[in-house]
Amino acid sequence: MSKKTIIVFSGDYDRVMAAFIIANGAAAMDDEVTMFFTFWGLSALRKQPNPGAPAAAKSGLQKVFSGMLPKHPEKLGLSKFNFAGAGRMMMKKVMKSENVMTVSELLETAQEQGIKMIACTMSMDVLGIGKEELIDGIEYAGVATYLGEADEANVNLFI
Amino acid sequence: MSASVEELKAIASPVIVDARGVSCPGPILAAKKQISGVTVGNVMEVLATDSGTLKDIPAWCRKMGHDFLGSFEEAGAIHLFLRKAK
Repeated sequence: MSKKTIIVFSGDYDRVMAAFIIANGAAAMDDEVTMFFTFWGLSALRKQPNPGAPAAAKSGLQKVFSGMLPKHPEKLGLSKFNFAGAGRMMMKKVMKSENVMTVSELLETAQEQGIKMIACTMSMDVLGIGKEELIDGIEYAGVATYLGEADEANVNLFI
Repeated sequence: MSASVEELKAIASPVIVDARGVSCPGPILAAKKQISGVTVGNVMEVLATDSGTLKDIPAWCRKMGHDFLGSFEEAGAIHLFLRKAK
């Protein structure tokens, strides 16, 4: 058993999809996998907060950032041919007919496989994303945690 | 590849993983899920339609320490055979 670490910096649907395919593949090969989500990549971990949940205090600019960012992994845009979401819709249609897993399905499988997901707290602060807006079962940490994990890994990707 | 197509066809696999119609990484996820139910020394057969599995299942076997026995294609499906080694 070896270890893989993946930094998910991008919030592009296709890039996040690639990150999750590699992570799930590695876990299926008995590797320990840690994914570190930072900046735009945090959008992949977002969910709609529960209606009753207390809203995090955000500054005006933090509200602007978090308001403009996708609120669900399936709302991420493509890195190419996105055309304001129309491209993504077309790609997802093809993916469905080809039985390709969506990012949400890959994320769910990653959690089932015990892949460790860490959200970067510094980027959360910058983008105004609170813990209540991210999915359950993840960890919160910073660069030293990632570097500690990367030291033990034989593959490290920045996506 | 150690076994001929005739030899592979003669194997009655106790566990058959049906990964037909699913794309990467579906077949190896399915293989990983079902290998735990296979007795060491027994054969597991994977059915797939994604042509990438021709390379992926052998690679998965090398990494996991199982013996890849070979594959053949028939009626639009790829049949891959492996022996659980540990």
